[in-house]
Amino acid sequence: MPRQNEFPLLMELGAPGRRAYLLPQLDVPARPIDELIPSPYLRSEPAPLPELSELEVVRHYTGLSRRNHGVDVGFYPLGSCTMKYNPKVNEDLAFLPGFASLHPYQPEETVQGALQLMYELEQYLCEIAGLQRATLTPAAGAHGELTGLMLIKAYQEDRGEGHRDEIIIPDSAHGTNPASAAMCGYKVVEVKSNDRGGVCVDALREVVGPQTAGLMLTNPNTLGLFEEDILTISELVHDAGGLLYYDGANANAIMGKCRPGDMGFDVVHFNLHKTFSTPHGGGGPGSGPIVVRESLIPFLPVPVVERREEAAQAGASLEEIPSQFFLDFDRPKSIGKVKGFYGNFLVLVRAYAYIRSMGPEGLRLASEDAVLSANYLMRGLSPFFDLPYDRTCKHEFVISARQQKAEGVTAQDIAKRLLDYGVHAPTVYFPLIVEEALMIEPTETESKAALDAFLEVMFRIAEEAKESPQGLTTAPHHTVVGRLDETQAARHPVVRWQQGTEEGTPNDHR
Amino acid sequence: MGYPYLALTRQERQEMLSAIGATSTADLFSDIPREILLQENLDLPEPLTESELVRHVRKLSDCNISLDTHASFLGAGVYQHLIPRAVYHLANRAEFVTAYTPYQAEISQGVLQATFEYQTLICNLTGMDVANASLYDGATGLAEAALMALAITGGSRVVTFESMHPDYRVVVDTYLRAVDAELVVIPTDQGVADPTALEPFLGKETAAVLIQQPNLFGLLESASEIGARLEGTPTLLVACVNPISLGILQPPAAYGADIVVGDGQPLGNPLAFGGPSFGFMATRQKFIRRMPGRIVGQTQDGEGNRGFVLTLQTREQHIRRQRATSNICTNAAHSMLIGTIYLALLGKEGLREVAIQCAQKAHFTAERISALSGWELLFEGPFYHEFAVQAPVPWPQVNAALLKEGIIGGLPLAKLYPERPEWENALLFCVTEARTADEIEHLLQVLKGVK
Amino acid sequence: MSVPANLRYADSHEWVKMEDDGVIVGVTDYAQSEMGDIVFAELPPVGAEYEKGEGMAVIESVKAVSDIYAPVGGTVIAVNEALVDSPELVNDDCYGDGWLVKLSLPEKVELDELLSPEEYEAQIEA
Repeated sequence: MPRQNEFPLLMELGAPGRRAYLLPQLDVPARPIDELIPSPYLRSEPAPLPELSELEVVRHYTGLSRRNHGVDVGFYPLGSCTMKYNPKVNEDLAFLPGFASLHPYQPEETVQGALQLMYELEQYLCEIAGLQRATLTPAAGAHGELTGLMLIKAYQEDRGEGHRDEIIIPDSAHGTNPASAAMCGYKVVEVKSNDRGGVCVDALREVVGPQTAGLMLTNPNTLGLFEEDILTISELVHDAGGLLYYDGANANAIMGKCRPGDMGFDVVHFNLHKTFSTPHGGGGPGSGPIVVRESLIPFLPVPVVERREEAAQAGASLEEIPSQFFLDFDRPKSIGKVKGFYGNFLVLVRAYAYIRSMGPEGLRLASEDAVLSANYLMRGLSPFFDLPYDRTCKHEFVISARQQKAEGVTAQDIAKRLLDYGVHAPTVYFPLIVEEALMIEPTETESKAALDAFLEVMFRIAEEAKESPQGLTTAPHHTVVGRLDETQAARHPVVRWQQGTEEGTPNDHR
Repeated sequence: MGYPYLALTRQERQEMLSAIGATSTADLFSDIPREILLQENLDLPEPLTESELVRHVRKLSDCNISLDTHASFLGAGVYQHLIPRAVYHLANRAEFVTAYTPYQAEISQGVLQATFEYQTLICNLTGMDVANASLYDGATGLAEAALMALAITGGSRVVTFESMHPDYRVVVDTYLRAVDAELVVIPTDQGVADPTALEPFLGKETAAVLIQQPNLFGLLESASEIGARLEGTPTLLVACVNPISLGILQPPAAYGADIVVGDGQPLGNPLAFGGPSFGFMATRQKFIRRMPGRIVGQTQDGEGNRGFVLTLQTREQHIRRQRATSNICTNAAHSMLIGTIYLALLGKEGLREVAIQCAQKAHFTAERISALSGWELLFEGPFYHEFAVQAPVPWPQVNAALLKEGIIGGLPLAKLYPERPEWENALLFCVTEARTADEIEHLLQVLKGVK
Repeated sequence: MSVPANLRYADSHEWVKMEDDGVIVGVTDYAQSEMGDIVFAELPPVGAEYEKGEGMAVIESVKAVSDIYAPVGGTVIAVNEALVDSPELVNDDCYGDGWLVKLSLPEKVELDELLSPEEYEAQIEA
């Protein structure tokens, strides 16, 4: 199949003087602009921006959208990312004018519905985590990690243990864990995995001590395996005076089955854009609320949503007691603020709507189906691919392309070939402890037919790897562009379009 | 009962369980220690069908006052502008909304190319060489810029002014305290930074000076003078700017900014109760490998077709781990896409007109308010589309009177500057192109009547 | 894998070549092939001083980052500026045009501690 013709850049379209959007006529008396603002503050030329008609812009971005895969387009088994279906109704709800058109500095009495939604969502998340309070402010999982670590630091300092400067992180962890620890001024101590894919408890014993501020753990971990020794691990860390941080990236496996708080975790983040079905939007915005144990509540970032005592006791509605919710900024031990305003509110609306649609049994079934689907795929793939940890997985699992590597076909080649079949590739080369790793997460929203179709495709690719590896190492063949040269992109970065550099000359080095 | 977002039937579950040799789902969770395995359902509300959900959530939203129905004069970081309808239709195409980070470039050319276009537009607006593919928001963007400056210079201190948005300052301070760096805030009694006040802080310990242009009070800082003072010193100039204002204001590169950040909400994004929006960051070519966040680069396939990929990924957490330039992973891609499409629709002339209309309407309103008896501008000096005025009566009276008339008044400075009793009754008004002459007239009528 | 006989080696895969006024340091053929396509080399400033074993440079491929350790202690007297525009030289000619750093003459005892070609070859085969 021939490639589609090259797609022009926005900056290569349009014509001088063309307009797509007109403003109403200025309806106050116009004055020369340099009478309002002295000319040294003004730019001498208008900023060089495109000049297109509305239809040109519409065709351009419609065309670009068609050059993109999404959950609505096809299967997206990207491990660790929980690419489940994003319910349409939640999009409509987020864009209700009563949510989308609120200014964060509006008087509290004019935003009571928004505050109530945040208050209730916090309660739901606390119940799911098995902990006591939450902040909805963090904008993403990594942002939640940073916030959570700041809380751990504040807690340790408050009890005179500020010298604790180490965070323990398993070697299978997401890169965000060590990066967040470093941003919080901590030293990172890595702990090895054992041959069952879990944290090696003996190795943990070696590194935990009076210098330990805390441990970060994903459970199930990035291999999709439940940490069987979690209770021992939490006891070890707590006994040494450290706290436990739960990376909620994989919480889709455990909703209603078990709770991080019960496992011993003190701080938990949830990725609302994974577990609670809010869309990923091409990489964000997400939302990474953190839920904490009693002892950490004083340190939460400001503001937190509170409810007036009398309303809470009476369980009164807004009709009965108006203005019962408020933002509490007066928290002397708070770590401060981690983001402008109150978090990614429109993402919170979607997650709230999801939890309300699913209810307690629905969330549990979602996790059960996610786990069942993952095990079904894992078993189905095991005749053709290496299974580095052969035990029941949770919502995702990791296979290795070791066998195929021997034929000259890598995990990357398999990933690229999947694109030809209209399937998004799994996460590749992660976790780092598995050679030629492919991490697969089907989620609970895929039908059995979709899972079977994926198995069929993977079976075919395994066959191709033996019979015609060339087709894999040069894949993809049916996408709008062929395999792109990442080496060239990194060696000579071209990161913006410049007039006269259509041929792709790199940016001039200053 | 069934659940609309679960796809497996009871029959299929059974088939799948047998295929993997399990008898029940309980088998799949036998690795969870018994003592923590939940025996009962979570204590959450029972599920709602779609129509019930819509009714319930709509009721909550109806408890809020939407700025679609009330004229608002609030700004201070979040701005109401006219947004072309096409922005929503295009940005909300499902292929954009339901995609993940474009790790598989060949089937993510839509997001990648749009991001490359975005990087170009941000460079064109700011005059800088390179831009990243977004941070969470303006406040965290500023904090990331401060950390980046610390890493580049090896300094231990960051200096800013009281005229910088207080919420932004708190965020920067929260980030800096975690790495034992200091944030110095220089007072601005007259509402703007005094460049000579920087003198005691110039030195190699100071990694950066952070300015906001226009600042929280809407005033224009002497950015060129500050830039000139920092020239030849190791200290970097970080400018936090409003992207719409760059339709008419000097690009930060012109006054020597080394890192430019800001909140992208004004570019076509809804007010959203403050989030999500996106943070933009642009810098000089020589700092490209020190920048946090994703970057999209141009390249080609084996046949020479142009294409786009995530590049310079060795800066990022998934590769460099604890030595990464930042921990950021999920960013604000979709809000950034909205901003890109907004700029494409507004275009060169459109953005300039928006910026001009904001300035015209704000100056007109400021003049009229300060002509009312008892009202006066808090500060002198050039401003863009926000201004602070002292009210002759306590501010709650003013805003209550306005609200009764369907108007959301200005932001009381007392909320952001409780430590400044002299600004106690000052209100910060913002007037954008979205406010009509009738609305401004209505505002003046109410203010006139406030006693 | 090529392991030239006229060079000495560190077990962290750097090679050292003696010259009259100092030593040239680069990465071995084994190291460059393990790294894959090199896209960037972050070199130290001239004048910087390093102890033996200290990280002094970083080379990057598309998806990996490797520290380059000083195989002997010394002061940086030159760096390979050509790598700024052509990092691929490390892949194409790691023992020649793809050199990284020139250090001042080290203590003899440190030189003696380096591996011989035979010893290094044995290490990479193991």
